[in-house]
Amino acid sequence: MARIAVQEAPLDAGAEIARLGGGRTDVGGIGLFLGAVRDTSAGRPIASMTLEHYPGMTERALAAIAAEAETRWPLLGCTVIHRVGRLLPGEPIVLVGTASAHRQAALEACAFLIDWLKTKAPFWKREEFRDGTTEWVASRSEDEAAAARWAAARPEAAE
Amino acid sequence: MKVLYFAWLKEKVGIADEEVAVPEEVRTVRGLIAWLSSRSPGHAAAFADLSVIRCAVNQDFAGLETPLAPGDEVAFFPPVTGG
Repeated sequence: MARIAVQEAPLDAGAEIARLGGGRTDVGGIGLFLGAVRDTSAGRPIASMTLEHYPGMTERALAAIAAEAETRWPLLGCTVIHRVGRLLPGEPIVLVGTASAHRQAALEACAFLIDWLKTKAPFWKREEFRDGTTEWVASRSEDEAAAARWAAARPEAAE
Repeated sequence: MKVLYFAWLKEKVGIADEEVAVPEEVRTVRGLIAWLSSRSPGHAAAFADLSVIRCAVNQDFAGLETPLAPGDEVAFFPPVTGG
C-alpha cells in the first residue's frame, strides 16, 4: 500500500527514506526523486511558485499512479508526496520514493512515478516573478513524451 | 450538477465552483461547455480555446464526448503542470 500525501508542510526526505525501509531486511534498494523549485523560468528570476490542486481527485490520481507502479515492479514500499501552496526557490516540491529488493525495480519505478505524476495528476503551478508579475506555467511537450515512453513498457524480470 | 474551475479558468470565470441546473439537451462535456459559455463573458473567455482545456468527470479525466448525468461533478482546468 503506497503512502500518498498532498500537503503544505515541508518534506523530510530523511524521514521518508527511513519509512520506506521500514526496518525491513528484504529491501535491497531505495529509489528517491526529490524535485525542487528552480530560481528561474526561461531565464527570468522567480520570487516564488504557488501550487494549486484539485482536492479529492489529486489523491485519487496519485494513488492510481502508485498502484500502476506496484503492478509493474515488485515494490516493497512506495511513497508519493506533493506540496501545495506557496513555495520559495530551493524548496522541495515533490518526493517520490520506492523500495525494492533490487535497484533496477526501485530506480525504474521511481522514474515512472515522477514521469506519470507530471502529466496525470491535477496540479497547476503559478510562477511569481521578481518583477511582481505572475504567470501560470504551460505544460511541456517533453513531459508528455517522458510519460508516453512508459505507456506500453513492461519491466523485464528484475535482476 | 457541480462545476469546478482551476488555475486560469477559475480566474477567467471569476468563481471556483458553481451548482448549475443544466437543460436536458446538455448530455456531454462538449454540450456543457457550449451551455456554460453562454452564461457570462467570463465563461465565454475561459472556454474560448478548447485545445488548452482539460476536463474531469467525477474526478476522473474525461473527454469532450464523455456523457454527463445529473449530480455529476465536472471540473475544467488547463493541462496539468505538477511535479
